[in-house]
Amino acid sequence: MHVVVDLTKCQGYAQCAFLAPSAFQMQGDEALIYDPEPTEEQREQVRRAAAACPVQAIQIDRLATQDMPPIHTAPGAGRIVIVGASLAGLRAAEALREEGYAGSLTLIDDEPHGPYDRPPLSKQALSGKIRPEATGLPRRHDLDAQWRLGVRAVGLDLPIRRVQLSDGSSVPFDRLLIATGVRARPWPDPVEGALDGMFVLRTRDDAVRLQQRLHPGTDRPGRVLVVGAGFTGSEVASTCRSLGLDVTVAEAAATPLAGALGNVIGSIAADMQREHGVDLRCGVTVEAIEGSDGRVRRARLSDGSSLDVDVVVAALGGIRNVEWLEDSGLAVGPWGVACDAGCRAFDVNGLVTDDIFVAGDVARAPNAMFGYQFLALEHWANAVSQAEVAAHNMVSDESNRWPHVHMPKFWSLQFGNNIKSVGVPTFADEVVITQGSVEERRFTAAYGYKGRITGAVAFNHAKWLPFYQRLIEQAAPFPPEFPTVDRPDDMLPVPAEVPDQKLMARDATVVVTGHRPTLVRSIG
Amino acid sequence: MTTSVGSVFSAVLDPVNRHDPYPLYTSLRRTPISREADGTYVVSTFREISALLEDPRVSSAYSPEEGADPHQIVGLPPSFLRQDPPGHDRMRRLAMRPFGPPHTPHRVADLQPTLQKIAAGLVRDFPVSTVDLVDQFAYPLPVSVICALLGVPLEDEPRFRDWIDAALNAVTPNVGALGDLAQYLGDLVDRRTADPGDDMLSAMATDDGPEGRMTRAELVATAILLLIAGHETTVNLIANSALVLLRQPLWLERLLADPSLVVPLVEEVLRYDPPVQMLPWRTALADIPIAGTTIPKGSSITLVLAAANRDPEHFKDPDRFDPDRRIAQHLAFGDGIHYCYGAPLARLEAQMALQAIAPVLARARLLEDPPVYRLSAVLRGPRHLRVALD
Repeated sequence: MHVVVDLTKCQGYAQCAFLAPSAFQMQGDEALIYDPEPTEEQREQVRRAAAACPVQAIQIDRLATQDMPPIHTAPGAGRIVIVGASLAGLRAAEALREEGYAGSLTLIDDEPHGPYDRPPLSKQALSGKIRPEATGLPRRHDLDAQWRLGVRAVGLDLPIRRVQLSDGSSVPFDRLLIATGVRARPWPDPVEGALDGMFVLRTRDDAVRLQQRLHPGTDRPGRVLVVGAGFTGSEVASTCRSLGLDVTVAEAAATPLAGALGNVIGSIAADMQREHGVDLRCGVTVEAIEGSDGRVRRARLSDGSSLDVDVVVAALGGIRNVEWLEDSGLAVGPWGVACDAGCRAFDVNGLVTDDIFVAGDVARAPNAMFGYQFLALEHWANAVSQAEVAAHNMVSDESNRWPHVHMPKFWSLQFGNNIKSVGVPTFADEVVITQGSVEERRFTAAYGYKGRITGAVAFNHAKWLPFYQRLIEQAAPFPPEFPTVDRPDDMLPVPAEVPDQKLMARDATVVVTGHRPTLVRSIG
Repeated sequence: MTTSVGSVFSAVLDPVNRHDPYPLYTSLRRTPISREADGTYVVSTFREISALLEDPRVSSAYSPEEGADPHQIVGLPPSFLRQDPPGHDRMRRLAMRPFGPPHTPHRVADLQPTLQKIAAGLVRDFPVSTVDLVDQFAYPLPVSVICALLGVPLEDEPRFRDWIDAALNAVTPNVGALGDLAQYLGDLVDRRTADPGDDMLSAMATDDGPEGRMTRAELVATAILLLIAGHETTVNLIANSALVLLRQPLWLERLLADPSLVVPLVEEVLRYDPPVQMLPWRTALADIPIAGTTIPKGSSITLVLAAANRDPEHFKDPDRFDPDRRIAQHLAFGDGIHYCYGAPLARLEAQMALQAIAPVLARARLLEDPPVYRLSAVLRGPRHLRVALD
């Protein structure tokens, strides 16, 4: 059976870990690790766990008869093509059927595997708790879709409404959903990048390769160098430490997670890494990777030092998969494909298209809560909700369309801690610890921009985040001035120290892609 | 908690309406936040209760308006139920160590065969013609489970039952009975400290985690909470479930045909007729703007969970009992940091109890409908549930 937990919703109530302890485990207070493919013998317990979840975050295989009316496809009822069959693509396909769409449905993806869940790859899959192959997403069994897997979309011909594929064929459509997502940014030097021992981590196959190298066995690696201390890099470092491996993390910014949380909270993440034995070096870059016999041997850092290393994991952020659209006439760029709040793509002239939709990491859409600026998000929950909105709008007329009004949210599990955020922490000039204790790694911090709350982050304090989400939605004043339980003695806002966008391109998972907030000027 | 004469909430508290408070809750929800004459704010809608349960401006600690804290009178600190963070969080973590994940992840799941055995034994011992499903099933099951878990001798049950009844069900809290219970559990804690077993009290008394141990007084306060909350509410959950199955035999037939239905069925009972109807002891630490009004700083807040569980804004056709409903997110166990500590145990107990009793219910006839309910408006359940067996 397949299980996926919406960890954006999860607040660490641990009900699942009580009732199905073989499939769900807690690390620390509230970080949940789970097996995405429990055995049939575990089904009874897993069902019990899913029913008990206070926030209903656990999805198990959905059988057609259980949840939804049966699908009757009809010839001539339209042709929808979805390019990108990962979380957003699959969710959109399911939502289209739930909406009653009866036409043909084609999903295209260059990966040969069916849709799988990525967040476990850097955690339970890398640690060896589960197989990376066992991350398939639960899906309804009767999607009645054509799956074109292992073939890449290489072009889009808008006038004749066809997607061109790498095998020379093309697929016609009436409506198209672009959900091609993001790929790992490769190591900048291709010769070094080709050395045995160089890794990236984005796909299931990446995880298989890296897991085989890291896992204690015959050829246990010496030091692992992780380049980049964004979420992926930090989680890889955490997993390596849990395996007892020596780890160095090299980060160009002043702190880990700086692009997502700013340097103030980033410095807490830095302490956490060092407490767990990571050799963390910030403000340095890797100038060269030296190899011999085709294998990684040594890394030279910008501070003049060098390290003997066996494995290098390049966690340099992502590149949006838009190259196939470059000549299509759509508005594409490094931040993705621009679309309106209803997920309809813009063309190069800024006109909105009628039949081309965008969802997931590759989309770049305006958000009313953040001054209608275009946000580019690489968040699990955004992929799900944007896919659902896109699917609805693809089969609805103008009077019945939905806007994608999404509050950005992300989570990261590292070093036994559950880090969760709501809003856009980097759309901020100040930050303040509002509840709990930084020393204990149990606290909540609020971010403010020009006197209103724009974001919040919780370390092992996830149950309080819905409150801050409401404050953000209401544009409540910053700093919050009311008394609360567990309020620190000195609640002093400090500058949030958000790095400039150059660095954010590397490890932020939500980016305001217009002008920087600090450059906003009132007019007149 | 005093109320305005004639207010809807005063009718909720009136024992005369105990058999069916739900029509009153429907009236109550027309004013999501209503102010009683004594200044208490009564909240009855799903969205508002959720928001307040997650709001750090709401305290669970004793407020001076409530009068003296009975725990304090008998020389104990408040239990974690009546504390705010960081004290609450520390004590709850220490109490969780021997009970659940991450330190003891298998404790509850491993109880399943024991629960099945106890339930089957109780059913086997039923008299031939009539049985009281409360006294002879719903009560003994959770009591023997919590005794075994905590390490409280089951033969002492008649003693602590009297103290708990006196402490809980009196109109004014009976401090003498609470003192006796504290004395009893204190002695037990000392015995377990000297000679630990594999029960939870022994573990809490002797096991040093990263945060050390609770003090003896903290441990006694926790033991009182777990002993009382560990069965009072589950008795009612099992009894309320049995009652709904007796009244709606369609679902009993479905359960007999498919025992796995018990999982959504218990969730639906929790929504439809929850054992804890309201949380009466929260206090606003600041002015809280909510639902177009403001709860002023210092106000006492009562959250009527059972009314939220029938809120038509959150549940379609809320007064219908329907284990097939897709949205199962209810507030029977609360929400936020005070979410019921024992919820997983209560669920598993109720599920195993219903599976065991379903064949009996199929040949049972209610002798009294509605049954006589417990006096409390907070903890809801029938005092007895007498059935004739055909």
